[in-house]
Amino acid sequence: MEKLTSPQDLERVRATWLASLDPHKPCVTVCSGTGCLAGGCKQATDAFRQEIERQGLADKVDVRTTGCHGFCERGPVVVIHPQGIFYQHVKPEDVPQVVAETLGQGNVIDRLLYTHPQTGEKITYERDVPFYQLQKRLILADNGFIDPTCIEDYIARGGYSGLARALHTMQPEEIIDVIKRSGLRGRGGAGFPTGRKWESCRNAEGEPKYVICNADEGDPGAYMNRSTLEGNPHSVLEGMIIGAYAIGSHEGYVYVRNEYPLAVKNLALALEAARAYGLLGQDILGSGFSFDVRIARGGGAFVCGESSALMRSLEGNVGEPSAKYVRSVERGLWDKPSDLNNVETWANVPHIINQGWEWFAGLGTAGSKGTKVFSLVGKVNNTGLVEVPLGITLRQIIFDIGGGIPGGRKFKAVQTGGPSGGCIPESMLDMSVDFDELAKAGSMMGSGGMIVMDERTCMVDVARYFLNFLREESCGKCTPCREGIVRSLEILERLCNGKGQSGDIALLEELGELLQGFSLCGLGQTAANPVLSTLRYFRDEYEAHIRELKCPAGVCKALIVYSIDAARCNGCGACVRQCPQGGISGEKKAPHVIKQDLCIRCGVCLDTCKFGAVLVQ
Amino acid sequence: MGQSTANVELGMEQATIEGVMSRHRQDSSAIIAILQDLQEEVNYLPEGALRYVAERLDIPVSKVYSLATFYRAFSLEPRGRHLIHVCTGTACHVRGAGRILDTLERETGIHAGETDAQMEFTLETVNCLGACALGPVVVVNGEYFGQMTGAKAARLVKKLQPAEQE
Repeated sequence: MEKLTSPQDLERVRATWLASLDPHKPCVTVCSGTGCLAGGCKQATDAFRQEIERQGLADKVDVRTTGCHGFCERGPVVVIHPQGIFYQHVKPEDVPQVVAETLGQGNVIDRLLYTHPQTGEKITYERDVPFYQLQKRLILADNGFIDPTCIEDYIARGGYSGLARALHTMQPEEIIDVIKRSGLRGRGGAGFPTGRKWESCRNAEGEPKYVICNADEGDPGAYMNRSTLEGNPHSVLEGMIIGAYAIGSHEGYVYVRNEYPLAVKNLALALEAARAYGLLGQDILGSGFSFDVRIARGGGAFVCGESSALMRSLEGNVGEPSAKYVRSVERGLWDKPSDLNNVETWANVPHIINQGWEWFAGLGTAGSKGTKVFSLVGKVNNTGLVEVPLGITLRQIIFDIGGGIPGGRKFKAVQTGGPSGGCIPESMLDMSVDFDELAKAGSMMGSGGMIVMDERTCMVDVARYFLNFLREESCGKCTPCREGIVRSLEILERLCNGKGQSGDIALLEELGELLQGFSLCGLGQTAANPVLSTLRYFRDEYEAHIRELKCPAGVCKALIVYSIDAARCNGCGACVRQCPQGGISGEKKAPHVIKQDLCIRCGVCLDTCKFGAVLVQ
Repeated sequence: MGQSTANVELGMEQATIEGVMSRHRQDSSAIIAILQDLQEEVNYLPEGALRYVAERLDIPVSKVYSLATFYRAFSLEPRGRHLIHVCTGTACHVRGAGRILDTLERETGIHAGETDAQMEFTLETVNCLGACALGPVVVVNGEYFGQMTGAKAARLVKKLQPAEQE
C-alpha cells in the first residue's frame, strides 16, 4: 500500500478498485454480524467457499463476508448479488443447492425465501422485504455490501471522500458551522448538539486536545454501535478524523467494550489499513494535518459509558464519574480539553460533510434531525436493527417494520433508553420518535434500545430488573445513588415476593425524587425512570401486587400458581419426566396434576408441554 | 494453560507477565489493558501476579486491587473448565432469562458468580451479548445457544457433566 498524499490519490485508489470489480459478477454476501455468527454463519460461509470450488465456479462467483444486515431474527442471512436475492436461515446443508441452482442456473429457491407475514407471498429480493422497506439507511447503508476488513471496499463506495473534502476545501470553523447547522445531536443518549460541543472544545484553552469515541455500549438490549463498528469501522474513523481536524486535536481514543471482540478486531484492522494509506498519522492526504487513534478496551463497567467515568478509565483508574461543574470539553482526559461522541454520532459526520447540512436538516423533526438506529428486540416478530428517520411513530416501528407481537399476544409497552429510560404504553404508540417527545413521555432516546413487551411481561418485575442492574453498576461514589437504588430495589423485591405494603408506592416515588435531584451523574439521576414511568402508566399492576397479591402478567414467582388444564392435557408424560421436583403425577393418557407443595415454579413443564396445557395464574 | 509450569507464587509464568507488560511498554496508565491481557492467559487474576505487576509498574497494590474488583470483567478466583454465561440483558430477560438462570443454578448446584468444588463449571451472568434476536441466550465456552428453554438448559448441563456423574 502506498501513502496517499492528495485527494487525487484517493480518487485513483477508488477508480482502480472499482475497475477491478465486475458489477455483473455474482457475489454471495454472507452476513457475519454477531447475531448471524451465533446462528452459524461461519459454517455457511465455509460451505459456500468449498462448494463453489467443488462445482468449478471459483472464477465466476465471489464470496464476501459483510457486516450486520440488521434482520437478525432471520439469520444467517445470505444475499446474492447483483440481483439482491434474499435467503434466510441458511444452513451449511442448504449451500450445495444454492450454488447449483441459484448461482449455477439462476433459479430462486422458494423454501429459503422470506414469506410476507400478512399476504403469505414469497419475497425474492432484499429491497422488497417489508422489514427494510420503511427504513432509511445512512449509517447501516453499506453494512450489507462491504467487507469491513477491506478498506478498499469502503473507499470504493465513496469512503474517505468526506475527509478529503474537509481537509482540502474547508476551514475547521466552517466544518463546525456545518455540523451545527445540520442539527446533529449526540446519539449516545442525552442528545446534546454535536456542533456546539465541538466548538466549546475547539475554543477551550489547553493542549493537547483529545477526541474520543464512546463505544462502551452498555445499555442491555442495544447493539447498534457494535454492528456499526463491526460492519463499517471506517465510517466511524472518518468521522473522528474530520472532527479532530475541526477541533484541533491530534490524538484520539476509541473506548470499546471488551465484550465485543469482533468490533475490537475489525477496528484494529481498520486503524492499521488507514495508517498504511496515510489516512491516519502524519500529514493526512497531504494536508499537513496529523492525527492518530488508539483503542482502549472497557472493563465491563456500565458507568464507564458516562463521559467523566470513561475518561478516568482511559487514564487507568477506577471509572468513577465526577461532578459536572467542570466540563470535559474544558478539562477532560488528563485534565485537557476533550470531545467525546458516540459511535453513531461520528458515523453521521462524513455523510453531512458530503451531502451538506441542508440535506441532513431536511430529515427528521424540528428538534431532532437525521436518522436513528434502533435495536428492536424483545417480544416482537422481526427482531433486528432498524434505521429510521426521526419522527416516525412507535407504531410504525413496532408493527410495520417489526411485524407486531409473536403468538397473537397483546402489546403492552415498549421500553426505550436502557436503564435510564422508561416504558411507554399502548395509548402513546402514535407518538413520534424524537429526543423531545420521548423525554416528554417520561422516557428518553438513549442509545437506541427498543425493547417490546407483551401482556406476559410484568411491569413491576421490569422495574425490579432495571434497579437490580443499576444496583450492580452504581459505582457507589455518591450516597443518593448508592443508597437510593438499593432501597428502591428492596421495595420492588418486596412487591414481587407478595410482601408489599400500603405506602410502598409513595415511598418509591419519594426515593425517585431523591435520585433525580441529588445524584452525581446521569446513572443515578435517571435511575428512577424505569420505576416512575411504570408507576405512571401501569399503576394498577403495582396495586394488584400489593392489594390482591397477584401478578397479572403471571411472572412473579411468589404470586403465581402453575396448573394443568385437564381438557388440553393428553397425558403424554413429558412434563412428568422433566419436572426436577418429581412434582407432577398422573397416569399415561390421563390428565396430569401438579402437586402444589412440591412446585418451585421453575417453568420447565410450561416449556416442555407441546399442547399448551400448562396454565400460569 | 501452562498451570504445571506456572510460578507458584505468581500464579502464572513470570515471562508471561513480563511479556504482557512489555506489550504495553510498562505504561502504568495501561494497567487496565495489562490486567485484561493477563486474565486472558489464565482465565483469572492470581493474587501473586497482581502484586508482581504493582511492584514492577510502581503502582500501589491497593490501586491494582481496586481496579480488579471495580471492573466486572475481572475475576480474582480461578474459573472452572466450562464457563457458562447467561445473558440477562433486557431482551433476554423479558423472554425468560431468569428461568434459564434458575435452571442452570439448580443443575450445576452453584449460584451465578461461583465455581463448583470440582472446578467443572463457572456460572456467570452478562448484561447483554448483543445477540438479542436469539434470546434467551446462553454461551458455553464461547459457543452460543439461542432460544433457550429451561428444559434445553438442563440438557446442556447434563451433556457437559463428566461421564462418571451421570
